Amino acid sequence: MLGKLDWSAIPLDQPIPLVAGAVVLVAILGVLGWVVVKGHLPYLWHEWITSVDHKRIGVMYILLASVMLLRGGSDAIMMRIQQAVAYQSQGYLPPEHYNQIFSAHGTIMIFFVAMPFVIGLMNLIVPLQLGVRDVAFPTLNSVGFWLTATGALLVNISLVVGEFARTGWLAFPPLSELSYSPGVGVDYYAWSLQISGVGTLVAGINLVTTVLKLRTKGMNYLRMPMFCWTTLASNLLIVAAFPILTATLAMLLLDRYLGFHFFTNEAGGNVMMFMNLIWAWGHPEVYILVLPAFGIFSEVVSTFSGKALFGYRSMVLATMAICVVSFMVWLHHFFTMGAGPNVNAIFGIASMIIAIPTGVKIYNWLFTMYGGRIRFATPMLWSVGFMVTFLIGGLTGVLLAVPPADFILHNSMFLVAHFHNVIIGGVLFGVFAGFEYWFPKAFGFRLDERWGKAAFWFTFIGFFITFMPLYIAGMLGMTRRMQHYDVAAWRPWMIVAAVGVAVLTIGVICQIVQLVVSIRNREALRDRTGDPWDGRSLEWATSSPPPVFNFAFNPDVRGEDAYWDMKARARQQSLAHETPDYQDIEMPRNSPTGFVCAFFATIMGFALIWHIWWMVILGGLGAWATFVVFAWRDHDEYVIPAEEVARIDRSNIEERRNLVSMAGAV
Amino acid sequence: MNLLDPQGPVAAANRTILVDSVFIMLVIVVPTIFAILAFAFWFRASNPRARYQPEFVYSGRVEMVVWSIPALTVILLGGVAWIGSHQLDPAAPVPGTGSPVRIQAVSLDWKWLFIYPDQRIATVNTLTVPAGAELNFQLTSSSVMNTFFIPQLGSMIYTMNGMVTKLNLRADNEGKLQGLSAHFSGDGFPDMMFDVNVISPLAFPDWVANTAKTDAVLNEDSYKKLMQQGIEKGRPVYRLDDPRLFDLIATQHIPPGPGPALASEAGRSHSGGHDAR
Repeated sequence: MLGKLDWSAIPLDQPIPLVAGAVVLVAILGVLGWVVVKGHLPYLWHEWITSVDHKRIGVMYILLASVMLLRGGSDAIMMRIQQAVAYQSQGYLPPEHYNQIFSAHGTIMIFFVAMPFVIGLMNLIVPLQLGVRDVAFPTLNSVGFWLTATGALLVNISLVVGEFARTGWLAFPPLSELSYSPGVGVDYYAWSLQISGVGTLVAGINLVTTVLKLRTKGMNYLRMPMFCWTTLASNLLIVAAFPILTATLAMLLLDRYLGFHFFTNEAGGNVMMFMNLIWAWGHPEVYILVLPAFGIFSEVVSTFSGKALFGYRSMVLATMAICVVSFMVWLHHFFTMGAGPNVNAIFGIASMIIAIPTGVKIYNWLFTMYGGRIRFATPMLWSVGFMVTFLIGGLTGVLLAVPPADFILHNSMFLVAHFHNVIIGGVLFGVFAGFEYWFPKAFGFRLDERWGKAAFWFTFIGFFITFMPLYIAGMLGMTRRMQHYDVAAWRPWMIVAAVGVAVLTIGVICQIVQLVVSIRNREALRDRTGDPWDGRSLEWATSSPPPVFNFAFNPDVRGEDAYWDMKARARQQSLAHETPDYQDIEMPRNSPTGFVCAFFATIMGFALIWHIWWMVILGGLGAWATFVVFAWRDHDEYVIPAEEVARIDRSNIEERRNLVSMAGAV
Repeated sequence: MNLLDPQGPVAAANRTILVDSVFIMLVIVVPTIFAILAFAFWFRASNPRARYQPEFVYSGRVEMVVWSIPALTVILLGGVAWIGSHQLDPAAPVPGTGSPVRIQAVSLDWKWLFIYPDQRIATVNTLTVPAGAELNFQLTSSSVMNTFFIPQLGSMIYTMNGMVTKLNLRADNEGKLQGLSAHFSGDGFPDMMFDVNVISPLAFPDWVANTAKTDAVLNEDSYKKLMQQGIEKGRPVYRLDDPRLFDLIATQHIPPGPGPALASEAGRSHSGGHDAR
């Protein structure tokens, strides 16, 4: 009846996951209870859960990423403590638990923190920057988000029902094959990623189409803000790379469920094929994450320097070069597999070539600052912090691309330090900069600067205290994923790294406090003009938060930095005072398709993991029926009458006129 | 296990390339970091002496320089990578004194088996080699992937079931080193560290002769016992019954290791974990 599922799946003998699970469960039930009792449920359902508004979906992506960041961060803290205490002892985590933690940490941080955070920011901002009312496929967008949430949910269910993979975040066979991992851990891993992978793919298709097909009047490709370019590059990579991941995991699942032999030891399976395939996705994946971050830094550095981005065309070229070359370097993840010297050297050099456009980007930000008038608001601090940190990460990255150096550093703590250096120093700093920068746009008030700066400094310093020791441990021969060790020379560095993680934790706490303080002081921090940073691109041309239709009129773009240009012209012409001719606006209707579909996908995923076949069929039919119902819909749009548009737009126009006339007076 | 304290020519060459590459890049990276901090500081909005130049958004000369700097660095490093990859190919010979020693390494769950086919002995979790001689490793795995790595002797290499990888090393100084697996292989992974005893070439034949006196014999049956999942705290040694044992493993005539016994039909399998402790 219930497949492999029985009471032994609940880890009653292990207090840590049980207590953690209980705390989370109580918190979720508490929030749900509060929502129901206070009568917020209809609001939540109509305004958020079923929303197809790209801004709302973006916010929900970021919320998901933030919650999962806390989960992945807890895993990190547990790992650092384990390695600090597990010298000549077993520490406090037995191997089967420790191995789950590092596997879950990697999986969560990449798929359910970094990915939803960048996709959330792209969703929130790109249509605004392009001057359009929505993304190309609004309902599909909602489906994409909810499927990602399904994946995250399944990973968290594994905490209390069954186990998570004990194989590392890429689940290399043959370790991940049924013979060596007979438990449900790898199945949780694979089905979570299969389901959320569909979500990511549709998000990618949606954003590529949006950038290619939905730009406002005059928004040529070479007038798009840099963030739109990096979004395009990143989502092209998603569309090209994620099917590889899906196919690879599908083959692994066929091995595990139906006795196929793609990657098994026996019957002609080939593990090297898995390595190649997973990294053919895995290497573009890091650029999927870091390219949008590069876009955010471009926006932030230019805005806070009061200058247009230096060498814009060069930046576009560099972005697209990274996009293409990132597909040709995957083999550098396994130089030590014994491929010949020609193969290793060619892939090593190809990997280094990526450093050229990346270096160009750093120099162009540098020259954007040159001759600028730099305001050190929190987003700018994250950006400068990024440039310094990322250069170090880039250096160690190019070092690892030199095959003979990789022969002694591969899989070591040096490697761990390197990719945290670029993912924290690049992607995380980037999304934090974007979060601080665009928060007023999403919610209509700014974030508290003092707590924001405290969060930056603790995170920045904490990062160095945590990861510089790991570089050193790697130079001392320490490899990754050690549950315990007997080498005295490694110990002090593990202790320093644990201290560093405490400092990083303070940084995260500062960020939470910042959010709470800012919500309480929101009236004082209110952004009435829609343009709190003296911005340059079109997202600042509408109110904060923008109305559901984004723009009452599709903006007319006449050059790069469209809004900066408009402000300059408005100042010269002292802003024409004619009353605009408002029109009715058609917007897509909300739809529960995404939520319902993800509900059935969750059931189906859970049932697949536990081999509950009747439930698999039920979930599959449910998800399919949801799409059929959606496909047969009669009305998919509603009309906002012109008077309503006028009413919403008028107050914002007033505030904006005041702003421009004040600026003109100065 | 310090990578900067190599005990053989391969490790020394690895280190040289590592250090050289770092210095080549530091020449670019350090000034760039200083420039970032200097520009950010000087052009702060509160500095009245900094000149605001909002029109400075393109300069052909600057573009030329910013594309050239990383490109030139990469050309230089690319040369290092190309030459290094060929010279330090794991399979490239590493000439030494005396006759080379052939060693066949098998990664088991979770221990290392070292077979000396010419000496007809085998050891577990301890590798004894003569100083100065070329060491020809052939490597495979009994089950999952691992990586064979002795940090102070240089280059690591994967071990994979059904396949043989090759690695040549040399240890120059007598002494005790440590090796490990550098690819996660399951619950007993951290216990896959092994001792490396580098002894004088004169003492090596004596060590072989002493080892060969053992009663324990390594053949297909005892190998199958050894490859069961578990941790080996001792340092067992064997006489080798059949010098083709390694080939039988690598060609899967002896089937791959069994993995954990299925304790129950339940999803949560504890068997591997218990063995590990």
